[in-house]
Amino acid sequence: MKVAVLKGGRSLERGVSLRSGARVEDALERLGHGVLALEADGELVRKLEAERPDIAFVAMHGTGGEDGTAQELLEILGIPFTGPGVAACARCIDKVLAKHELRTAGIPTPDWFAFNETAFRELGAADALGGLEERLGFPLVVKPSRGGSALGVKFAENWFDVPEALVSAFSYDDRVLLERFVDGRELAVSVLGSEPLPVVEAIPQSGDSYDFEARYEIGRTSFVCPAELSEAEAASVTGAALSAYEALGCSGFSRVDLILGAAGPQVLEVNAIPGLTDTSLLPQAAEAAGMSFEQLVEKILDLALTPASA
Amino acid sequence: MSDLPHRRRAHVSSGDLERYAGLFAQRTKVMRSSAMRDLMAVTARPDVISLAGGLPDTSTFPAATFAAQMTRIAQESAAKALQYGPTEGFRETVDCIVEVMGAEGMLPDPEDVIVTTGGQQAIDLLCKALLDPGDAVICEAPTYPGAIPVFCSYEAETIQIECDADGMRIEELEAALERLDSEGRRPKMIYSVPSFQNPAGVTMSLERRQRLVELARSRELLVVEDNPYGLLRFGGDPLPPLYQLDGGDFVVYIGTFSKILSPGIRLGWAVTPPPVMEKVVLGKQASDLCTSTLTQYFVREYFAEGRWREYIESLVGIYRDRRDAMLEALRTHFPPQASWTEPEGGLFIWATLPPYIDTSDLLAKALREDVAFVPGQAAYVDGRGRNSMRLNFSAGNETEIREGIRRIGKVIAEQVELYGALTGERPATASRVEANEPQAEVENVLPFRKTGEGGA
Repeated sequence: MKVAVLKGGRSLERGVSLRSGARVEDALERLGHGVLALEADGELVRKLEAERPDIAFVAMHGTGGEDGTAQELLEILGIPFTGPGVAACARCIDKVLAKHELRTAGIPTPDWFAFNETAFRELGAADALGGLEERLGFPLVVKPSRGGSALGVKFAENWFDVPEALVSAFSYDDRVLLERFVDGRELAVSVLGSEPLPVVEAIPQSGDSYDFEARYEIGRTSFVCPAELSEAEAASVTGAALSAYEALGCSGFSRVDLILGAAGPQVLEVNAIPGLTDTSLLPQAAEAAGMSFEQLVEKILDLALTPASA
Repeated sequence: MSDLPHRRRAHVSSGDLERYAGLFAQRTKVMRSSAMRDLMAVTARPDVISLAGGLPDTSTFPAATFAAQMTRIAQESAAKALQYGPTEGFRETVDCIVEVMGAEGMLPDPEDVIVTTGGQQAIDLLCKALLDPGDAVICEAPTYPGAIPVFCSYEAETIQIECDADGMRIEELEAALERLDSEGRRPKMIYSVPSFQNPAGVTMSLERRQRLVELARSRELLVVEDNPYGLLRFGGDPLPPLYQLDGGDFVVYIGTFSKILSPGIRLGWAVTPPPVMEKVVLGKQASDLCTSTLTQYFVREYFAEGRWREYIESLVGIYRDRRDAMLEALRTHFPPQASWTEPEGGLFIWATLPPYIDTSDLLAKALREDVAFVPGQAAYVDGRGRNSMRLNFSAGNETEIREGIRRIGKVIAEQVELYGALTGERPATASRVEANEPQAEVENVLPFRKTGEGGA
């Protein structure tokens, strides 16, 4: 089969995408497929039309690839592709939109407020911030609505941290959310087709609990898979993750990030196209399920080519 | 693309990674955050105007001269130029080094000189020779971002001393030395870039140079003077290097051909007292046996032509115009809340924004405008510098510099305005006249310990 691997792009997660893409290409070659490595740039459509691959493996993260843009092009070109479709991508990339969908579907997600930059610049939204303390309480987490990894995510201990955190978050997106901080265990459930993979737990090293960047570094965070959960806990976490995956219309594969706090699991976000690098969580979960990376890649291709079963 | 089969390694699984993780040395745990690394990866996109690099301009080096010299080497000295050489470097290379140092008034004993693979290796070899884990190293705040990973990899405790427009504040250095003294400790080295510092662009005053050298003498401390830019002076009067003031007893000197000829030839040097030299030579043997003989031959040929000073003069002219273009663009496009240094030489300007702007985050916004800079945090070991940035003016032409600064100014102005809207603290609508005189504020540019900062 001739497989185009789409990678790179202009997003801030370009580096991760290039690593994901390289690893996928490598696996595809070992599986005996013809590989067409494609940088997502101005030549992309021309190359896809000239080469007409049987399928596109989308290994792009962040805006441009994980937000439905590339998927929309592939639909127009009539080329099947891996992972969630346009609508699911568009919902997942936007944390605010995703949280609304989750809440509508009755899936627990931490309370939040979202603001557009124009609301502050033109409508005096700053006056509405006063209600935050009462409605959300401190500490809270300030995040850009669209953005990957820990970029622009800040922890606000109190009222005085908020404006600065907002300025940072607005550097990444024109919409941000202020989310209630939920204390608990940090878990990720990758879903393949409609099957949940073993739960991964991220355990920050001491002192780094509020350092979001530490989540993405070997040595500063350790990852345990399968996470040590009771049967009931595992069932509720996996159940919440599957519900979120379905509520957002995901297919193929995705990763659901949750917090397991005193009140049970709460879904933070769904990554439509999670990382596939050496250190990424989806491949770790697949490995814990007894699946090699090659098998994972083959399965993802199968799911894309037989969407009915997904 | 080549038709050869791909040489890609088999990718490791997460289980393998865990096993590797158990093998890593403690010193690898100080690596920079991957988020920051990914952000910096985006700055390399071809459509980005990058003021982030530190590249000298090599485009005006005469290609014909280069070709003639390399041809001569191939014809006359092929066997030797392709062979190993002495660990200390060729005597002929050292003669060129003595000539370069002479241009700044220094007279080193050729026996005290070792040729290294760039100035960077000289830093590494000195640390290798001097530092045990936990040893104290003192450097400037901010300091050369490339020195930090070296200090970290030898597991040093890095202590940063604030700079202002006159360089490292010696009274703060003395206070730090007293503090260490009271703990029964001495720093193994005081690392400084006294002239046109990377990243701050400031130059240590003569009075402070003298005090630093006296301090080193009276306390018997080693000062490492890193002087890559000394000959790239665009204005003002030359100042004596620390090495010249001291005579080479307590000052170890690091130089490089990178900024006056080419960084691609990877040739630098260190000048140290004989006992230190002995250890440095042993360290270099372990690292790479010798510096590239081929490029040493090139430098020899190049210096034999006797036009190296002319080339530096041409570079100085180019960089002066670019610095002027950047300063003018800063005055035009940066908001009045920003301040910056006005370097008399070198490659960099250091700009400081209001404390509520984190330049690592601002970089993400700037990248959407296709422009990049180095966030100030890269020049600190302790997370300070968050509201500063390093701007390079040697790599791009004046048009790129003006456009790059315009774009950065735009994103800063947007964040200043946003903060005003968030806090009700309307941004000062101060006239441009105020912004035209950043020099008045320079005294306050480099000390970052503003009230309320640093604690959280």
